Amino acid sequence: MKRKQFFRGVRTGIPIALGYLAVGFTLGITAKNAGLTAFQSGLTSLLVSASAGQYAAFTMMAAQSGYLEIAIMEAVTNARYILMSCALSQKLPESTKTWHRLTMGFAVTDEIFGMAIAEEDKLNPYYYFGMMAIAVPLWALGTFLGTSVGNVLPGSVVSALSVGLYGMFLAVIIPASKKNKIILGVVVVSMAASFALEVIPWFAAIASGTRTILLTVVIASAAAVLFPVKEETADA
Amino acid sequence: MHNTYIYIAIVALVTYLIRVLPLTLIRREIKNRFIRSFLYYVPYVTLAVMTFPAIVHATDSIWSGVAALVVGVLVAWFSGNLFLVALSACGVVFLVELLIL
Repeated sequence: MKRKQFFRGVRTGIPIALGYLAVGFTLGITAKNAGLTAFQSGLTSLLVSASAGQYAAFTMMAAQSGYLEIAIMEAVTNARYILMSCALSQKLPESTKTWHRLTMGFAVTDEIFGMAIAEEDKLNPYYYFGMMAIAVPLWALGTFLGTSVGNVLPGSVVSALSVGLYGMFLAVIIPASKKNKIILGVVVVSMAASFALEVIPWFAAIASGTRTILLTVVIASAAAVLFPVKEETADA
Repeated sequence: MHNTYIYIAIVALVTYLIRVLPLTLIRREIKNRFIRSFLYYVPYVTLAVMTFPAIVHATDSIWSGVAALVVGVLVAWFSGNLFLVALSACGVVFLVELLIL
């Protein structure tokens, strides 16, 4: 059972991993420009797995920022994971072991989170481990290669593979929107608001990670007040 | 001169704490209806916000990004299969960029 769930996770993780490999190249080049060795950039990816967070970190390392500054910046850039982790906590069976929770905490990424939340029933930690087992090493490999040899893939392939990650987000939110009109409304409002914040000058200055949290808190709260979930769908 | 390994350790520690604390501290099913509803909507809002308009900027040309969005939404609506959605989004970007770039 554990084995079966693990390998199901590995299968789901394949498109994530390919996207990560491609995005990792680009990040690796940023790391190189910041003066990191390939080992150091690969190590960072292995331990951190957060593209925007690592990008910010590498940029600050290049500027020789203080340790406290980089810690604060990292907390702000990655704050959306607090919300994702809270949502995941409700997706897990209450009996989930502590070491399972501690391991999952290494890779709460946008994509792995998206796939985990799309599960019909409660989340099996081994399914999660399967996704981690393929996605995280390829992320680290992509970053390592990006720093050591630069971008070895043609631009069009990188373009295509990075879009695959967004395709996976669509594969989570669109089928749910088809089944549930409220979710459809929430998705449409979210995309419209996200677009608006990108074009309105004052908001456009806010970092994208911060905009994500701002919009998530506001829109999910509004939806929770206007359309509180019924008991039987609450654990979906 | 700051030490790169101390930088990496700090970044890794801060990120890990952010991710692991809610997962390990919230062990029970939350009973409060507002919080339950809020967390139920969180993934859909977050993923929608991160997808659009970012997807149209992710490629070399805005048009291949738009094409990926349209095709991705259509395939997700009619099939819902993860691989198919990711693959068709990738494929259409590759094709459009082959044609226009």
